[in-house]
Amino acid sequence: MTTQLDRPITARRGRDLRRRLADPLFSAATMAILGLALVAVIYPLYFIVIASISEPARVYEGQVWFWPVDVTFDGYARLLADPTVWRGLANSVVYTGLATAVSVALVVSAGYVLSRRDLPGRRTLTFLLVVTLFFDGGIIPRFLVVRDLGLLDTVGAMILPGAVAVWNVIVARTFFESNLPDELREAAQMDGASDFRFFFRVALPLSKPLIALMIVIHLVWNWNGFFDALIYLNNPDLYPLQLVLRNILVQSDLSGSANMSGDLQSYEAAQRLAELLKYAAIVFATIPLMLMVPFLQRFFTQGALIGAVKS
Amino acid sequence: MADTALRTASATDADATSAPQGAPDGASAARTVRSPRTARGGDSGSRPRHRSRLRNVLRHWQLYVLLAPTLLYFLVFKYWPMYGVQIAFRDYTPAGGFTQSPWVGLEHFERFFSSYQFGTIVSNTLLLAIVNLAFLFPIPIIMALLVNQLAQGRTRRFVQNVLYAPTFISTVVVVGILFILLSPRAGLVNNAIVLFGGEPIFFMGSAEWFRPVYVASSVWQEAGFNMVVYLAALAGIDPALHDAAKVDGASRLRRIRHIDLPGIAPVISVLFILAVGNLLNIGFEKALLMQTDLNVAASQLVQTYTYQVGLQQAQFSYAAAIGLFNSLLNLALLLTFNQVARRARTSSVW
Repeated sequence: MTTQLDRPITARRGRDLRRRLADPLFSAATMAILGLALVAVIYPLYFIVIASISEPARVYEGQVWFWPVDVTFDGYARLLADPTVWRGLANSVVYTGLATAVSVALVVSAGYVLSRRDLPGRRTLTFLLVVTLFFDGGIIPRFLVVRDLGLLDTVGAMILPGAVAVWNVIVARTFFESNLPDELREAAQMDGASDFRFFFRVALPLSKPLIALMIVIHLVWNWNGFFDALIYLNNPDLYPLQLVLRNILVQSDLSGSANMSGDLQSYEAAQRLAELLKYAAIVFATIPLMLMVPFLQRFFTQGALIGAVKS
Repeated sequence: MADTALRTASATDADATSAPQGAPDGASAARTVRSPRTARGGDSGSRPRHRSRLRNVLRHWQLYVLLAPTLLYFLVFKYWPMYGVQIAFRDYTPAGGFTQSPWVGLEHFERFFSSYQFGTIVSNTLLLAIVNLAFLFPIPIIMALLVNQLAQGRTRRFVQNVLYAPTFISTVVVVGILFILLSPRAGLVNNAIVLFGGEPIFFMGSAEWFRPVYVASSVWQEAGFNMVVYLAALAGIDPALHDAAKVDGASRLRRIRHIDLPGIAPVISVLFILAVGNLLNIGFEKALLMQTDLNVAASQLVQTYTYQVGLQQAQFSYAAAIGLFNSLLNLALLLTFNQVARRARTSSVW
């Protein structure tokens, strides 16, 4: 009798306890996991920064963990004395600027047109674009097309072949569909506005968030891209920064610092300086973008929302 | 320059738009197939007579002009290469081009299927893609659910930004970081291993470490991006649901399971289908950068092989055949998974 009465009470007590404990425990576990994730993301980057200004020999011996040791700026001096880095930087600025302008213009105008429900052939045209998401010719035919167009080793090769991504057109279309009511257009048409006029005077000014998002997406993509440059450019004078970095970081082609004259010891020193140069190159290429993250992230969150409307 | 581009664009625009509208043969067949859908969607001008249809098209000429450059882009850089895929069945010669080079049928495919590397390359590709997806897909969801537990404010914004930051680091730099930190002589990781009494590992020079390093660095670089997408979806969940559950005494874990997860399920399924559709495309650039003579046994993928054979050795037809094989494999995966998602009555891509 007593046991029968007892059991449910203790069971309930146990459940209460578990419930009361679950949240603090859960919070602690959340904090621990997120803390680990933060360290895993930050530490490698932090290490590279402190290693880039430490004496290469100290880095080599594994003495650099939390603070720079024997601060030196030799790596940066070498890096910034390398003309290929500056040329790469200048090329990247030009390619990124032009490619972004072209891409955004194409994506936004196409997205607007395909959002028009009264457009004859809208389904067919959308279908034409979406097909390419599911099937493509592959890099070899694409390369041959670019070559046949005479675009190899030209600025055009860095702008045209990758100008439009279907996914972005769909995002733009969705944006216009949900932000430009048909009534607005009909009213403008009543007032005698042509399609051009409506697009440039009404649709574009109302789509600033979309345009900003597209600019940010394309800036980051174009700035970070290297593959088109790898296959379409042979002339090192045209290389964008990423290709220059690849030569320094991955292929260890250190144009400036590879004078290996003299004995083994100075060879080793040169090797270590070469490593230092790599750290410096990573910081040089990454810090500017990192500083923009809080600013950029807002756009991407917006973008995720614009994109999520569809699903 | 822009002017001529515009003019040529509007010329092709006329072709492109009149073909599906005016041409009675193929287009009308397509129209009858789609007619129930168009009727339901209420597409204007699907039924009326030929002449008013043409007038309707002409009235919208400005829209076609706006679309023309993009359409031209797709014709030149997407459809022309698709047409050019036929060199996979030919022996490409520069003089013959896509259409005049001698026809050899399936010769290149047979050569690829019977080459001693075929099995390794295909299994490397599938294995890397699947292992990568198995880690890279769930981790952002978990991260988003956890970050979502943090109250709005400075801490949350900081955590979000930090986890998201590596998205902006280029693949070249990520691989550069890998080479440096994993260097066998003095890399950070090996220094740590030695400090704890282990033997240094030559990560980038061994086939068995290729996949773990690849996947771990993908998670490091890309997980934050998808996390933000899920966070945006989580922000759209009605807070009233959480309040109600709290009143009923549901723990946080329960609320995650019964409110948050179902709330983002549509987003999860769409992203999953897209991820599967791109299964064989993603990260090939990184594999190419990470490839060394010593890890090639695991790092040789269909695409890296296509790149080597096609662009470095200029065997265009053979490489095009391998690329086509890859595209078809990709397409099959996408269609399969879209079908599966449809069956599961969640949303599908189309």
